[in-house]
Amino acid sequence: MEAVSKLDVEAVRADFPILRRMIGDKPLAYLDSAATSQRPVQVTEAMRRFTEHSNANISRSVHTLGAEATEAYEGARAKVADFIGARSADEVVFTKNSTEAINLVAYAFQNASVKPGADPRFVLRPGDEVVVTEMEHHANLIPWQQLCERTGAKLRWIGITDVGRLDLEQVDEVINEHTKVVSFVHVANLLGTVNPTSQIVARAREVGALVGLDSSQAVPHIPVDVTELGVDFIAFTGHKMLGPTGIGALWAKAELLDAMPPFQTGGSMIETVSMERTTFAKAPAKFEAGTPPIAEAVGLAAAVDYLDKLGMENVRAHEKELAGYMLRRLETVDGLTVIGPRVPIGRGATVSFDLADVHPHDVGQVLDADGIAVRVGHHCAKPTCVRFGVTATTRASGYVYTTTDEIDRLVAALEKVRKVFA
Amino acid sequence: MNLDELYQEVILDHYKRPRGAGLRDPYEGESHQVNPTCGDEITLRVHVDGDKVADISYENVGCSISKASASVMYELINGVSVEEALAKTAEFTALMNSKGQGKADEESLEDAIAFEGVSKYPMRVKCALLGWMAFKDALVRAEAATPAGGND
Ligand SMILES: Cc1ncc(COP(=O)(O)O)c(C=O)c1O
Repeated sequence: MEAVSKLDVEAVRADFPILRRMIGDKPLAYLDSAATSQRPVQVTEAMRRFTEHSNANISRSVHTLGAEATEAYEGARAKVADFIGARSADEVVFTKNSTEAINLVAYAFQNASVKPGADPRFVLRPGDEVVVTEMEHHANLIPWQQLCERTGAKLRWIGITDVGRLDLEQVDEVINEHTKVVSFVHVANLLGTVNPTSQIVARAREVGALVGLDSSQAVPHIPVDVTELGVDFIAFTGHKMLGPTGIGALWAKAELLDAMPPFQTGGSMIETVSMERTTFAKAPAKFEAGTPPIAEAVGLAAAVDYLDKLGMENVRAHEKELAGYMLRRLETVDGLTVIGPRVPIGRGATVSFDLADVHPHDVGQVLDADGIAVRVGHHCAKPTCVRFGVTATTRASGYVYTTTDEIDRLVAALEKVRKVFA
Repeated sequence: MNLDELYQEVILDHYKRPRGAGLRDPYEGESHQVNPTCGDEITLRVHVDGDKVADISYENVGCSISKASASVMYELINGVSVEEALAKTAEFTALMNSKGQGKADEESLEDAIAFEGVSKYPMRVKCALLGWMAFKDALVRAEAATPAGGND
């Protein structure tokens, strides 16, 4: 049975002032939420209130503002932890974005590999293997590629089928007794595919590898429960989930955070320091060197509150309907080929396509003239483009505030593109 | 935004029927240029004969602006003197970097004046300049490859 959306999209839209913006004489149709989402007034307001009322550095002073700031920052951590089903707030490390969260893990391997006595699970040697997929965003590819280059380990990947899904038949071969870590994309940003996780996680466990997810496109759009997923770490980013830029998070099992060497070092991450040596604070502080993005954490907490109030099951149902509508309507455009799953099952409301070989930059430009914002290019997923024989795609992506009317405008404008370039 | 200003008939025509496309011999200099933001690519060869640009040949993939610009460039500077080709390259580059303020000289730039509107779209200026950058680079390579001081 189709889940029926319980989102009141018009009420949601009222919370996003930017959606009332005009582009020239056309109302904005923002179909680029997979790149960055828009922010509701609740988020901007929470950040403004913090800045005007409680701004101070955290954990460093006994004054009232310092205490309020610390409480706000740690409160945000607890809220984010709760949102993803973490056992404890201490399992959430705030970072700058997903990219930094993934690098933090990759560098834990690298640093452990050159440190005598490091936890052997993080030590990589020639002969060891690291596994990703062919549908990664560069953020979950290049850190591992670099790690392999520096340690002599081998990078391997699970391929993509012609319909844009992971080729699960390769799992048992690609993940094997040499595998030390598997890091794969939860929801793919170019294809829109929602990857099934259980088989890969089970296989990683079977061979004793660590396993994590790039959940950048998952946490904003579907209910995510790290305990249920059974993984070791996930990375996600605030600006794709109604929050501000400048903040993201790594969730990892407490026991692993304890075993991982720090990434960046400096202030706020120490226990004791002398001129000769330093001992480190416990996680998450161990991984948060320097002054963190405090107001941004407050904004992220407000975004989590907002999503919680909508209910992630409702968000998922809304986007499932939207994905179905997008696919149905887009397929009516002559010469349009969807790149990625063509049925609204196991996929989100992010749809990439090719339009009669018109270059995506030209598509995007004509759409912009109608006030429609889509993303064009390789979407930081060049290997995926190569897999489907394109240099770039046009990508429309929806979120909680996206209406079917906006999709209709997109389809009408695509017809115009065909006329201009036919 | 006014679409007609960007996608003028002349531009669409050059895009649909590019002049001088394809890689040819002989050539002394070759350049490969990429625009990483949208994946436009061009490989361009220059054949210099004496002080003349005797042939420009190219193969490219990309958006209408980058493809049309290479075609317009071919028409404008193929067969002219190296000095004049460089002068026109400088003139076109300055027009593109004018942020919509520049006024194109039709006498000198011919079809390339259709790109005047492109200079208002910072995201597209790179597309319009890709072929011209390849030309300049290929010319430098051609000069490096040919013995210096020759008069013929
Ligand atoms: C799947 C995926 N992973 C990682 C990222 C990187 O996110 P950020 O740029 O916030 O680090 C993105 C966003 O573009 C993404 O879509």
